[in-house]
Amino acid sequence: MKSKIPQFLAFISGVVILVAAFIPHTPFGMFEETLTNWFMIISSFAILLGQSSLIQSNLAKISQKAPDWKYHIATLVSFGAMLIFGLLWGMENTPGILGQGEKIAENLGAKPFDYLFEYAFMPLSSTMFSLLAFYIASAAYRAFIFKTFESNLLLITAVIVMLGRTSFATVLTSWIPDSLHFLRLPELTDFIMQYPNTAAQRAILISAALGVVGASLRIILGIERSYLGGDK
Amino acid sequence: MKNLHLILLFLLIGIFAFATSEGTETYTAEDAPWDDGTAVLHRWNLSAKWEFLSLQKADSLGVYQEIFNEFSPSGQFKETGLNPDTKYQYRLVAYNKERSDSTSLFSETTTQQQWFAMNKLPLLILLVIVCSSVLYYILSARKGKELFIRRISGLDSIDEAIGRATEKGKPILFVPGISDLGDIQTIAALNILNQVAMKSAEYGTEILVPCRFSMVMSAARETVKDGYLKAGKPDAYKEDNIFYVTDDQFGFVAGVDGIMLRELPAANFFLGAFWAESLILAETGFTTGAIQTAGTGQPHQLPFFVVSCDYTLIGEELYAASAYLSRDPQQLGSLKGQDFGKLLTIILILAGIIAEIAGLGWFKNFFEGVF
Repeated sequence: MKSKIPQFLAFISGVVILVAAFIPHTPFGMFEETLTNWFMIISSFAILLGQSSLIQSNLAKISQKAPDWKYHIATLVSFGAMLIFGLLWGMENTPGILGQGEKIAENLGAKPFDYLFEYAFMPLSSTMFSLLAFYIASAAYRAFIFKTFESNLLLITAVIVMLGRTSFATVLTSWIPDSLHFLRLPELTDFIMQYPNTAAQRAILISAALGVVGASLRIILGIERSYLGGDK
Repeated sequence: MKNLHLILLFLLIGIFAFATSEGTETYTAEDAPWDDGTAVLHRWNLSAKWEFLSLQKADSLGVYQEIFNEFSPSGQFKETGLNPDTKYQYRLVAYNKERSDSTSLFSETTTQQQWFAMNKLPLLILLVIVCSSVLYYILSARKGKELFIRRISGLDSIDEAIGRATEKGKPILFVPGISDLGDIQTIAALNILNQVAMKSAEYGTEILVPCRFSMVMSAARETVKDGYLKAGKPDAYKEDNIFYVTDDQFGFVAGVDGIMLRELPAANFFLGAFWAESLILAETGFTTGAIQTAGTGQPHQLPFFVVSCDYTLIGEELYAASAYLSRDPQQLGSLKGQDFGKLLTIILILAGIIAEIAGLGWFKNFFEGVF
């Protein structure tokens, strides 16, 4: 019974959404939006579950003195600080339990929650994102090393595209006569991006879309039940 | 002679009609076809002497309010966000630069909700064909028909990856993407997680599943628990190993990177929806020396995974993985149905190319929903 009800709900939801995609008339046209709203409501309840998991797992690591357990203290302290500041003085225009906290905001320049978000969280997040530049360099180095025919092809293509995206490419190939203009690097780059690249991406997208159809059918028909925790 | 006069008369009438029709200014507002009654399509054809236009809609008091003013001698504009089954009145005012001369054209229409989105007819036909083929192969598999499914090396390597983790006494890391449970890629990842959990339970290897969303964590716990049950080792299941990290994208990446560097998992699985963080995760995993399997339906992230991971599931392979690993005949039948869909797509693409070369525009128009 525990698995039958979710399977039945999955079947009904799947069929309704599928039918609604082809019927714009009320009430079918609003099913997708309504179900999305329901999903958001359920998600907001689940946040509590996530928070309790966060506290439990970090407390366990601290009590077990796991490797680098001090980082887990930092996590819990950060979590607690943001929660308390948010509850006491709110964020942006939303007041907290103690109101808007005008005096603190005057000294800090922003509410404590917003201050920490702007000057601690955002720089940390940006730092993580900026790591991408270095990782791209190291990954590209590995990908472009002369090894096989494919990696050579990749290297040549990458050099053309990278150069073609810079103004240097125009300078480098401007001497090529107009009759052979397609050999100029910016035009070669556009060709690579517009035809082989787009064709390959579309092939992946089409096959992925067919995969989605197959996976959705398996879920709607109840053949695929792993995501529900099986047949328990 | 009389006949000649008649011919001349018809000729003059024809010339007059042609001359006047060329200078005719038209404006129509029509209910947008095959929609939910919330849009109106405006079309106009103005004389070349006008330089500006103002498209206006009458409000509840009958006062005209401007809704569009980008001039073109002939064009169309789709107005959205309207109420269904409501009558709307419009006025199009065209004028010259000095505003010394102008013309006003009026139109009205009633928005209507449609019972079928006719522009989606080709999609419906294709969906019915593909779904029918999937169902046909599922039924064939149920009857015991042997189906050949091509090998997917990324999935065949799962045993090898788990075996290596067991030998090294290190855990397995499984990241089910960074999207919520509403994404089919996450569902596909959870289905694979079930098989991976079952195998890791058989081998007695720990599995760590950091989750970005609470709902995913909840579903992942059930999925892993089921895998351990299937392996006959429910006591080995540790709920704390499937945990929530944070909703923030790069906060999550920092957390998972930390786990990779501290716990040094011997096998990493990055399966599901990934965006900018894909390379950060995969490269960190690469530096730890873990055997890595990745898979996503996001074409932009695939090159990053291909470079940094040992095996990559490309597009549909991610969705096919669970069926492939389970070896359940019914699920394998659905994969065969998908293959038929691919064959159909190839045939349609080739037919489309031939039709376009032959100048048969109706073929392309039909699939674009233009009838």
